Amino acid sequence: MMEEAREGSLSVSAQTIRVTEAVRDGDALTFIVISQKLSGSGEYHVARTHEDFQWLQQCLFSQEVVPGILGVIFPPLPAKPQLNAPAKVLKQLGFLAMGEDWRMYCMALETYLQQVAAHTTLSKNKCLENFLTSSEPPGHQRARKGIFNRLSQAMEGMRKEGHKDVDDFFQTERDNNLTLTGCSKSATERFIDVVLTEQKLAVACGHFSTALHLCVEQEEDSAVLAFSKICVKLSEVIDSIKRNFESVAENNLSTLGLGLDLESRCQEAEKEMLYRRTCKLVELETASRNAERAKPVKKAAMDELKVAAEKEFDHVSGVAKQEIARFHSTHVELLRQALILWCEKQLETARDTSFRYSQHLQAFKGLGE
Amino acid sequence: MDPSLSASDIANSTKPLSEASSPPVMDLLSEPASQASSAPMVDLLLEPASEGSSAPMVNILSEPASEASSAPMVDLLMEPASEASSAPMVDLLMEPASEGSSAPMVDLLMEPASEASSAPMMNLLMEPASEASSAPMMNLLMEPASDDLKEPPKPDIDPLADITNDTPLSEVKTPVAAMPQEPPSDLFDDEPSELFAEPRQSNTAKQQQTSIFDEPDEDLFSEPLGEASKKPQNDFFKEALAPVAKASNVCGPLSDNYNEHPTDIFSEEAITTLPSAVSTVSVNSKTNGVHSDEEEPDIFAEATVELSLDSPRNDRKKKEAAKPSASAPAPSVSASASKPQPKTLEELEEEVEDKFELNISITNPEKVGDGMNAYMAYKVSTQTTLPMFRSKTFTVRRRFSDFLGLYEKLSDKHTLNGYIVPPPPEKSIMGMTKVKVGKEDNSSAEFVERRRAALERYLQRVVFHPSLLQDPDVREFLERDDMPRAHNTQALSGAGFLKMINRATDSLSKMTIKMNESDVWFEEKLQEVEAEDQQLRKLHIMVDSLVGHRKELSVNTGGFAKSVAMLGSSEDNTALSRALSQLAEVEDKMEQLHQEQAASDSFCFAELLADYIRLLGSVRASFDQRMKTWQRWQDAQNMLQKKRETEAKLLWANKPDKLQQAKDDITEWEAKVTQYERDFDRVSATVRKEVLRFEKEKARDFKKQIIKYLESLLQSQQQLIKYWEAFLPEAKAIA
Repeated sequence: MMEEAREGSLSVSAQTIRVTEAVRDGDALTFIVISQKLSGSGEYHVARTHEDFQWLQQCLFSQEVVPGILGVIFPPLPAKPQLNAPAKVLKQLGFLAMGEDWRMYCMALETYLQQVAAHTTLSKNKCLENFLTSSEPPGHQRARKGIFNRLSQAMEGMRKEGHKDVDDFFQTERDNNLTLTGCSKSATERFIDVVLTEQKLAVACGHFSTALHLCVEQEEDSAVLAFSKICVKLSEVIDSIKRNFESVAENNLSTLGLGLDLESRCQEAEKEMLYRRTCKLVELETASRNAERAKPVKKAAMDELKVAAEKEFDHVSGVAKQEIARFHSTHVELLRQALILWCEKQLETARDTSFRYSQHLQAFKGLGE
Repeated sequence: MDPSLSASDIANSTKPLSEASSPPVMDLLSEPASQASSAPMVDLLLEPASEGSSAPMVNILSEPASEASSAPMVDLLMEPASEASSAPMVDLLMEPASEGSSAPMVDLLMEPASEASSAPMMNLLMEPASEASSAPMMNLLMEPASDDLKEPPKPDIDPLADITNDTPLSEVKTPVAAMPQEPPSDLFDDEPSELFAEPRQSNTAKQQQTSIFDEPDEDLFSEPLGEASKKPQNDFFKEALAPVAKASNVCGPLSDNYNEHPTDIFSEEAITTLPSAVSTVSVNSKTNGVHSDEEEPDIFAEATVELSLDSPRNDRKKKEAAKPSASAPAPSVSASASKPQPKTLEELEEEVEDKFELNISITNPEKVGDGMNAYMAYKVSTQTTLPMFRSKTFTVRRRFSDFLGLYEKLSDKHTLNGYIVPPPPEKSIMGMTKVKVGKEDNSSAEFVERRRAALERYLQRVVFHPSLLQDPDVREFLERDDMPRAHNTQALSGAGFLKMINRATDSLSKMTIKMNESDVWFEEKLQEVEAEDQQLRKLHIMVDSLVGHRKELSVNTGGFAKSVAMLGSSEDNTALSRALSQLAEVEDKMEQLHQEQAASDSFCFAELLADYIRLLGSVRASFDQRMKTWQRWQDAQNMLQKKRETEAKLLWANKPDKLQQAKDDITEWEAKVTQYERDFDRVSATVRKEVLRFEKEKARDFKKQIIKYLESLLQSQQQLIKYWEAFLPEAKAIA
């Protein structure tokens, strides 16, 4: 019994999944995924490309055996990272393209895997087990089809998005989701601007600090010497400012930045799910209309179709309701975590910097005439 | 006549004086003056001349100078001052002033007195010097100084007696012998005693006055001095000098120096200036008693002759001596070594500057008029304890072109002498047009504030300059209610263009005039200045970009705050929604903080750097000025050479009729060469001193600004901490 129960579930602990680094391999990035075995103390180390991740995501999408799978809010997989891509493409990745060595991206992938592994339905998928443990890379065939599916879905979405819902709960959720998606996206973008400016400031401070060093002259003349000392000290001050900006920007990136990015992608994922459900709703409505208008000959077949659609829609709606409830709590928790961590880190940096500034101030006040 | 005018007298008479003297000393002398009161020192030095004879001091001094002889008198006084040995002397003058006590005053007076043994009828420092053209006088000046250094500058009976009786007596014999009119014994017995006795007695026992004149020195000195306390001494000065004040300028400033109510006397003096031969003579006879009127001019005449004979060698020798000591921190001459606190030139200056009692602020920028004729008027408020001003606080309204006008005036007068005249902020047609046309928008308000601050710094730099402060135009600018409109600045954009051309030709001539620089210091400094100019420009660009980024950050933070607020308002979860709105508020505050920081960056650094880029322009101008004087000297030398060749040709051609003319020419040009060479030396010394001063100011300025900047930085950082601390519980409250 035990063996069978395990069969569906994961042999690694979801919390321990780590994407430690991105290894550059020609034009592609390979990510190292590490996870701890539930049994014993062993670790799985696997190397996965973004195509592998896409394959996994596709596997999750197309689990036809699971009823109401379309009602699941799939954890969002970050878009494909582009190496040597123009700045414009990188910009679409937002925060994920920032930071050194794709660290932010790794963290996003990590979150994705953890979310998948923690999901009650999705974690049962064999593909995940395979993905996390198999030393061989999984096949790619279906991955491309998956992309295509999503693209065509997006095209249709324009038409069906405005479809009036039969259920008030879903109608409000859809409306809310729409605004939240927009807001979180724009907040993320604004925040990216802030971080980018902070990074620019850090660079500018670096230049300034270096330039100040050039003002130093080697002379015994007391006034000139005093000025040189001032320049050196000021250079140190500017360097502190630079480091402050660097760490503020880093904090922004790694906490709230990542959090907002995830938030906006999750909202996007919810939107997709809601959209899929809306599609099902449209299907159902079409089916019931057909059933009503159907000539007696076809009536039975149409009714059958209608019942099937109804059943499927109910499944999807049921799953969706659960998922939405789950999503709401995780989304709040996620933002909470991000905000707290962010605040703490910024506070720490601010205190450090403040301390350093006051030291500089003392040093300056003590500087002889 | 108002005080500013008398100051202009002083300033004017200073010029010929300073031509013959080494500039550093001039400053030395004028600086304490600016600190202590209205140029008492300068007065001390200058006025006696006008007092002593009908011909003003200036003549006495400048004549020998123009006769191709140097003015030893000035040197005598000056050189020691610039050397370390001068420290005591300067201290003597300084300390009484700074301490405001009369005790050191005794030393001051005592010294002149001891010198005065050679110049009996004088009671001021200057006169003995002017007479004592010969070397012994030098000794005189030095020795008494060193003597009284050995004891603290408190009134002391024994040393005083020593100085007045022994030292001068033994040392001064020679110069005195040169004055046939009076028996030396007379001089010594009577002179000093009168000088001191009379005033002092007037405090302690007036009825004794007559008897004092007859009594021997020792008694006189020991008695009143022992009793001398602050009050009586002050009184004594007032009393002794008040009558003199009516007759001449001398006493006004002098008494200012030591008086507790300087303004009164100053104004009084101002009203009654115009020294005349008769009045001064009578004063002298009053104070000195013994001397008859006829003797004085004689003595002066003699002095002048001796001056012209002696000077050139002395002069040069001393200049050489002065140079190294100017930069050396503590040259050790016996005199200064024995001094309790030997003061170097720099330290002295510092002291003076620290006590600077003049605060200038510019406030209330106000738009006057409408349309394109509108202009901004600024309130210039001065707070001062300097007695050279009529009151302690006063306010005038000035417009921007007035500031430019002041600069033009100052620059015309002082650049010639190698001074670094602080430049005003540039005229900004863009900014001003915005102010004129635009309504109350942010950028024009910022422009006005920026300009206000720049004008304030400019004016502060001007009054901080000890020599410029003495300029009557500065005082007029600060004090006068109705300022005549400065017209030449009206079309300054045109003038600026001309100036640019001038500058271009200057730099062209700089390339063509290959100055064989004798002084490595100047060569190196000029290079340094040029390199620094480049660096400051670079820094300025960087700070500008920094400020730009800060502003951008502020804008972006604002944008983020808005979108967070949106996010918060559409969030279902109430706790999260609340936290997000809180966050939006925090970010709003941070936007403000960044904006302030941007302003602080811009005000502390960008403006400071811009100021110094402009100032470096002035520094270069002073270097150029030095080169111009050098060029003039060289030209004169070439001319002299030509004249000599002509003479040789004439001699050879045996044309005696034209020979005399040629000889005259040679003499004339020799004089010019000497004059120009001295000019060059003087300008060089001024430039050198000014550059050193500039560097010091710069270091001080930067330090001050950076401290200010750091304080603002620290403050905003602490504010930031508060914001975060306030937000953290909000974030944690999200459930």
